[in-house]
Amino acid sequence: MTSSDWPLWEVFVRAKGGLAHRHVGSVHAPDGELALRHARDTYTRRQEGVSLWVVKSTDIVASDPDQAGELFEPAADKVYRHPTFYDIPDVVKHI
Amino acid sequence: MPSLPPIRPEDEAAAATLRATGEFDAPADVHDPVRAGYFLRLGDDALILGQRLSEWCGHAPSVEVDLSLANLALDLVGQATLLLAEAGDADELAFKRDVLDFRNCWLVEQPNGDFARTMVRQLVFSTWQHLLYQRLTQSSDAALAGIAAKGVKEVAYHRELAADWVVRLGDGTEESRARTQDALDWCWRFVPELFEVDAELERAIALGLAVDPRGYEEEYRGAVAAVLGEAGLPVPADQRAIVGGRRGHHSEHLGHLLAIMQYLPRTYPDAVW
Repeated sequence: MTSSDWPLWEVFVRAKGGLAHRHVGSVHAPDGELALRHARDTYTRRQEGVSLWVVKSTDIVASDPDQAGELFEPAADKVYRHPTFYDIPDVVKHI
Repeated sequence: MPSLPPIRPEDEAAAATLRATGEFDAPADVHDPVRAGYFLRLGDDALILGQRLSEWCGHAPSVEVDLSLANLALDLVGQATLLLAEAGDADELAFKRDVLDFRNCWLVEQPNGDFARTMVRQLVFSTWQHLLYQRLTQSSDAALAGIAAKGVKEVAYHRELAADWVVRLGDGTEESRARTQDALDWCWRFVPELFEVDAELERAIALGLAVDPRGYEEEYRGAVAAVLGEAGLPVPADQRAIVGGRRGHHSEHLGHLLAIMQYLPRTYPDAVW
């Protein structure tokens, strides 16, 4: 058996408490538990994280790049939707 | 690999002098032989298995498994570095001792074989090492307790990873099951050595330095049997035990391993990064 027979899993790492999990890459693995092991050995060997998620790549529903125009461009000229008119206190991190 | 330089008459003469002055004896036996001897056993187990696992680097079934095995190897070599430093000069001990001076058990020097053999060997060893390190955190020797406390988390992961793979291989295809059963039959003869207590170990146990492995043999056998049960594999019948590694009697495989591991520092003693 080679890794090409194994499904692909997307890997998400939480760098530290309070931060959201971030997509960092993918691994091949025969099942979820081993995908976690592979993710741990591949993406957290230099203290990159405190928590891991793996999701089967085929379980992710993605937007269609051909529809990018109609999906995302209408937001471009609506600057009033950005909360840029508030002062954020110094103690609030990670916004 | 370039060939070794020829042995010249003056080399023979120098060797004879060194032999007469005891320079070829295991260097760790100088100050506290019981303590140094115990650290040698633990350190050699970690070093030799670490070297074995590193042989997979670039050859594992997938890039992810390659990294898993390299991580195990690095953990073990790290443990060996700390343990051997307590027995003497870690580099000297690793690279300048001959095969008869190594004190590792037979299990860790066995060739990798196929992936099933490697993973079964890891399960059989890491389960034992985990139970040992858990107890060594209470050693009367502060240095050893510290090394065990650091290593026990690493080894817990080795044990779980190996168990995960043995379950999948045993409960996998007909071929993976047959290979895993073969691997188990091969490794099983080396288990009794892990629980052997000789006079040297007895002295270390009496000092509170070492742990008596017989105290956790039942727990060990239960833990391995539980993994095999999940894998759908029968626990092998006990075989004629092979022992002697702790006294320097090794299989032919260890010399070959050392030839590769020690080649560079022995051929180019002044080599630096």
